[in-house]
Amino acid sequence: MISFIFLVTIFLIIIGISGVMFKKNLIKIVMSVNIIGAGVNLFLIALGYRSGGVVPIFTNAPGLNMVSPTPQALILTSIVINLAITALLLSLAVLIYKGNKEK
Amino acid sequence: MISKDKKYNFKKAKPSGQNFWCGGKIISLIVLFTFLVLIVLFIHPFGRPRAVKMDDYFIKNAQLQTGSNNVVSSIVFDYRGLDTLGESTVLFTAVMGIYLILTKKKYEQNS
Amino acid sequence: MSKIVKIVSLIILNPIIIFGLYIISHGHLTPGGGFQGGVIVASVAILILVVFGNDINLSKNLFSLFESLGLIFFIILAFLGTFKNTFFYNFLANKFWFLGKTIHFGINQGFLNSGGVIPLMNLAVGIEVASALSLIAVLIMSKKKYD
Repeated sequence: MISFIFLVTIFLIIIGISGVMFKKNLIKIVMSVNIIGAGVNLFLIALGYRSGGVVPIFTNAPGLNMVSPTPQALILTSIVINLAITALLLSLAVLIYKGNKEK
Repeated sequence: MISKDKKYNFKKAKPSGQNFWCGGKIISLIVLFTFLVLIVLFIHPFGRPRAVKMDDYFIKNAQLQTGSNNVVSSIVFDYRGLDTLGESTVLFTAVMGIYLILTKKKYEQNS
Repeated sequence: MSKIVKIVSLIILNPIIIFGLYIISHGHLTPGGGFQGGVIVASVAILILVVFGNDINLSKNLFSLFESLGLIFFIILAFLGTFKNTFFYNFLANKFWFLGKTIHFGINQGFLNSGGVIPLMNLAVGIEVASALSLIAVLIMSKKKYD
């Protein structure tokens, strides 16, 4: 059967996409886009896990069986890009609000 | 005389969210869910990855070649430093875009 | 905001900056690095903006200058390796003069003057991310009237 972590990933992506499709408030749509990005990051990290592994850092490590370090380096870039997307969308929402206020 | 013609039969249009099928949104959501479940069933089980050659090379040689205890830091800044340069550029461009959007004065209506 | 919140936020400001600089500078020994430490230092600017609001004017030109300086420092560090081998070459590792202590494979307690060019890159990215996020917060939360 499907492991629990991949079920959580599918759940997060479906909630994010259904939030973009069915909601009419602008802030809720922006937050749903952020949830999709978080779900994709979780999926990438869960792909590199090794059973019984520890963090891939050698300072006072409890063992030498480590998880894969490559997906963790990939999602560092992905988190920053999600932050840039959310910041730009929020500034567009601020612009729409300030443009409609004087009417 | 136009409304009596059989050719011009205008129906009253409803917004697509109030339909019974919701404009095809629910069906596309169910299709996406099926695709995601099929993807998760066909990859490797959780905890036993299949392609580990590159990760084993990084763990074995990162301390001697770069001199840092943190393997993730040595991948991000030494083995794959060009991706970090691209990411810094993306952050810089996003800040420039926000600066241009939010400090715009109103245009005067001149001719 | 009330008086207690203002006084406590002025007291707690400095340990947060020092904690962020600790996470930036120990990026090659413990989990953390440039991006994570930069976000922690940027939360100080958001704290000031939330507590004080309209009474304080944080300057946008200073943050923009530091962001550009951080990115230029990162690019200079990338170009300095072209005299040896390639672009982005770690020219300070295993060299024994500034940051180049040789570390062999195994579990050790971590030495601070190791890592080659990685701590300097962490510092550059930390300065850039901190000023970029502070600039975003100042731009979105400013309460100026548009005329």
